[in-house]
Amino acid sequence: MTFLSRHRIILPVVSLAVLLAATFYMQPRAMSYFGLNLLFNLAVPIALATIAQMMIIMVNDIDLSLGAFVSLAACVTATFLNDTPMIGLLILLALILSYAVLGALIHALELPAIVVTLGMSFVWSGLALFILSSPGGASPGWLRTLMTVKPPFAPMAVVAAVIIAGVTHLLIIRSGLGTVLRGVGGNARSVERAGWPVIRLKALAYGLAGLFGVLAGMALVGLTTSADANIALRYTLLSIAGVILGGGEFTGGKVSPVGAVIGALTLTLAASFLSFMRLSPDWQIGAQGAILILVLTARLIFSRKGAEA
Amino acid sequence: MSDHETAPIVTLTDAARHFGPVRALDGVSLSVAPGDCIGLVGHNGAGKSTLVNLVNGGLAPSSGEIRFPGGASALEAGVRSVFQELSLCPNLTVAENLRISHSALKGPGWRTRARAEISESLNTIFPGHGIDPNAEVDTLSIAQRQMVEIAIGFAPRGTQARLVILDEPTSSLDAGIADQLLAHVKRFCGSGGAVIFISHMLGEVFDVASRIVVLKDGKVVAERITADFTRQGLVDAMGHVTTETATTETARAHGPQVVQTEQGLTARKGEVVGLSGLAGHGQAEALAKLYLSRSSSWRSRKVPDVVFVAGDRPRDGVLPLWSILRNISISILQQGAKRGLVNREAETAIAADWKSRIGIRTDDVTNPILSLSGGNQQKVLFARALASPAQVVIMDDPMRGVDVGTKQDVYAMIRAEAAKGRTFLWYSTETEEVCQCDRVFVFRNHEISAELTGADITEERILQASFEMQEAS
Repeated sequence: MTFLSRHRIILPVVSLAVLLAATFYMQPRAMSYFGLNLLFNLAVPIALATIAQMMIIMVNDIDLSLGAFVSLAACVTATFLNDTPMIGLLILLALILSYAVLGALIHALELPAIVVTLGMSFVWSGLALFILSSPGGASPGWLRTLMTVKPPFAPMAVVAAVIIAGVTHLLIIRSGLGTVLRGVGGNARSVERAGWPVIRLKALAYGLAGLFGVLAGMALVGLTTSADANIALRYTLLSIAGVILGGGEFTGGKVSPVGAVIGALTLTLAASFLSFMRLSPDWQIGAQGAILILVLTARLIFSRKGAEA
Repeated sequence: MSDHETAPIVTLTDAARHFGPVRALDGVSLSVAPGDCIGLVGHNGAGKSTLVNLVNGGLAPSSGEIRFPGGASALEAGVRSVFQELSLCPNLTVAENLRISHSALKGPGWRTRARAEISESLNTIFPGHGIDPNAEVDTLSIAQRQMVEIAIGFAPRGTQARLVILDEPTSSLDAGIADQLLAHVKRFCGSGGAVIFISHMLGEVFDVASRIVVLKDGKVVAERITADFTRQGLVDAMGHVTTETATTETARAHGPQVVQTEQGLTARKGEVVGLSGLAGHGQAEALAKLYLSRSSSWRSRKVPDVVFVAGDRPRDGVLPLWSILRNISISILQQGAKRGLVNREAETAIAADWKSRIGIRTDDVTNPILSLSGGNQQKVLFARALASPAQVVIMDDPMRGVDVGTKQDVYAMIRAEAAKGRTFLWYSTETEEVCQCDRVFVFRNHEISAELTGADITEERILQASFEMQEAS
C-alpha cells in the first residue's frame, strides 16, 4: 500500500494546485480576492452538479440526464420561483421526488440507468423548452444576493466550495446512512442480506442527486440572472469528469465528495487557464479534453504503481 | 436467555422450497438447539444453500414451517450467516462493513464503537490476525476478508449471535487460521451458541460437529451424531462412491521441460506440478505472471500455448450473461472459425461432448451459466480449458467449494490428460490435492522454499517447507 493509493485525495489536490500555480504564473493579477472569485464563480453550480452525479455513480449507476435536469431546474427557478415562489418551490420539490421515484423504478425493474436517464434527458429538455422557449426569466432577488455575497477573507465561490465539500463529506463519508449508501455501490447483495431495503436506499441516492441537481440549477440562475433551456447541457459530461477527476470510480461505490468538488474546480479552472494562454476558442474544448486525459493518465499510473507495491 | 436456554433456536418442519419445477429442498425437518454444532454435508446442488437461506430468513419456504422461538424473525432470533462467496462491501473499511449489518450503530462516535467491536471479535476468533479495522476491504487478501466476514458473523451487533451459519468458511483460509476458527466454533458452542458448519473438508466436519446432517437431492438422507459416522460411511451417504485414496499411478517418464520461470518454477511435458504453501504466499501471482508471459494481449493465436482455469469464478472465470455453451466454447472459437465466422455445429458438438465427459448437471447447455451451482460452474471452466488444444494448463485453486465427487472426476480427467502429454500447473490450498501431483513447489513469502518429488510429497514435508524459515528466524 503506497501513500498515494491510501490517500486518493492527494492527486486531485495536486492537479488543482499545479493548474492554479500555472494560472497565477500566466496572470498574476488573478491572485486576488476579486480574481479568485472570477476564476471560480461558475464552479459553484458545476460542483453541485458533480455532487449530484456522484450520488448516482455511488450506487453504480450513471446519469446522462443531469445537464438537462439542471437546465430545467434553472428554468423553473428563473420563472416560477421568481414569479410565484410557492408554486416554484412545489415544482422543484416534485422534481426531486421524481428523481427518487426514477431511482426506485430503475432498481425495481432492473433497468439500465444509462438508458433510462438518456431517455429522461429528452423529457427534462422538453419540459424546460415548454417553460422557457426563449432565453429569459429573472433571478429571485434573494438568490442573486446569496450568489454575489462578499464574505471576508475568501471569495464566495471558494467559501461555497468548502461548505459543499464539508457538508457532503459528513453526509456520505462520515454518517452511518452514507456508509450504507456507499455499501449499495460496493455490494448491493450483502446490504440486502443485512436487512436493508435496497430499493429505498437507491431512491434516497437518486433523491439526493435530484436535490443537488436542483441546487445547481438555482445557483446557476443566481449567477447568470436569467435562464435558457440549454443553459447547462454541458453539465452532464462535466459532472462525470469531475467525479472521476476527484478520485471516484465508475463502479464499486468508490466516491469522494471532497474530491468531486476539487474535480469541479479543476475543470472550471482549466477553461480559464486556456483563455489566459490566448488559445483560440476553437481549440479550447479539445485542449480541455487533453488536460482531462493527462490527469486521468497520471492517476492510472499512480494507482498501478500502488497495486504493484 | 435463561428461559430459552434449551429451547431450539430454529425448527424446520417438513420445509420445502421449489424454484419452478426444481425441488431445491424437498421436505426437511431439522431442529437446532443451543450448544449444537451441526455439520451439513452434501454435493453441490444437494440443497445446502437453499436450506441455509431458509434458516437465515433469506427465502420463505414453499411449504412446511420454520419457527424461531427466540424472536419473530431470523435476525431477531440471533441467526447469522457467513456466506461462501465473499459478501463484504469492498469499498468500505472493515469497521464500516460492520455498520452495514449492525443498524443500531448510530449517532456521533459510531465509528469508534464499530472499530472496537470488530477488533474485539477478530481478536477473540483469530488472535494475532493483524487486520486494521480502518483498512478498506479491497486492500485485504481473500483470507483476511474471509476472516473479517467470520468476525462480523460472531460479533454481538447489539444483540447476541445465537446461531451462526458458516458456509465453507475455511476454503480460502490456510491451516493455521482454519484451526483458530475451529477452536472458536468449539468454544462458541460450548458456551451455549449454535453453529451450522458446511464444509467439503470432511476432516473439519468430523473435528467440530456434534451432529452431522447429510443432504442429497433436497432431502435429509442421514442425521446422526458424529461418532456414529466414519469417513467412508459419510462419503457413501452423500451418494458418490469414491475411493479414499487416489489410485497410485506408476511413475512415468516425462517429456522435455516446457515451463521455466525466473523464480525456478519448472515443469516437463506430461507432468502435473503442484504449487503449495500457505494461502497468499505468491502462488497465484506466480501462475498469473507465467500465464501472462506466455500469452499476448495483442495477438491471439489459433492454437494457444497456455490456458487458465480460474478459482475465483465471479472475478476471472464465468461470463455471467452467457449460456453454458458459450462459456465452454469461448476458448475454441478460433479453431472452428471459418472466414472469421463461428462454426455453430462444431461449437454445439464440443459443448455436448464436454457436458457428458465432465458431467455438467443441466438439461440444456443453452441455459444461462448462472443457473448452475458453484461446482458445476467450475466444471464448465474446466471444460473450457481442456477443450482447447493448449499444451500447458494453469489452474489457480480451481477446486474451491467443489464437492468430493466432482473432485474425483476432475482428478481422473487431469491424470488422463497428463498421460496424453499435457502439462498441468496446479495451485491448491488443499494438501490432499497437492499430494496427487508428480512434483510440488512449496511457496513461502513469494519464493519457492522447497521442491518435492515422488515419495517426498507428504503433508508433513509440505507443512515443514511452509513454516521452516519462520521457525529459524
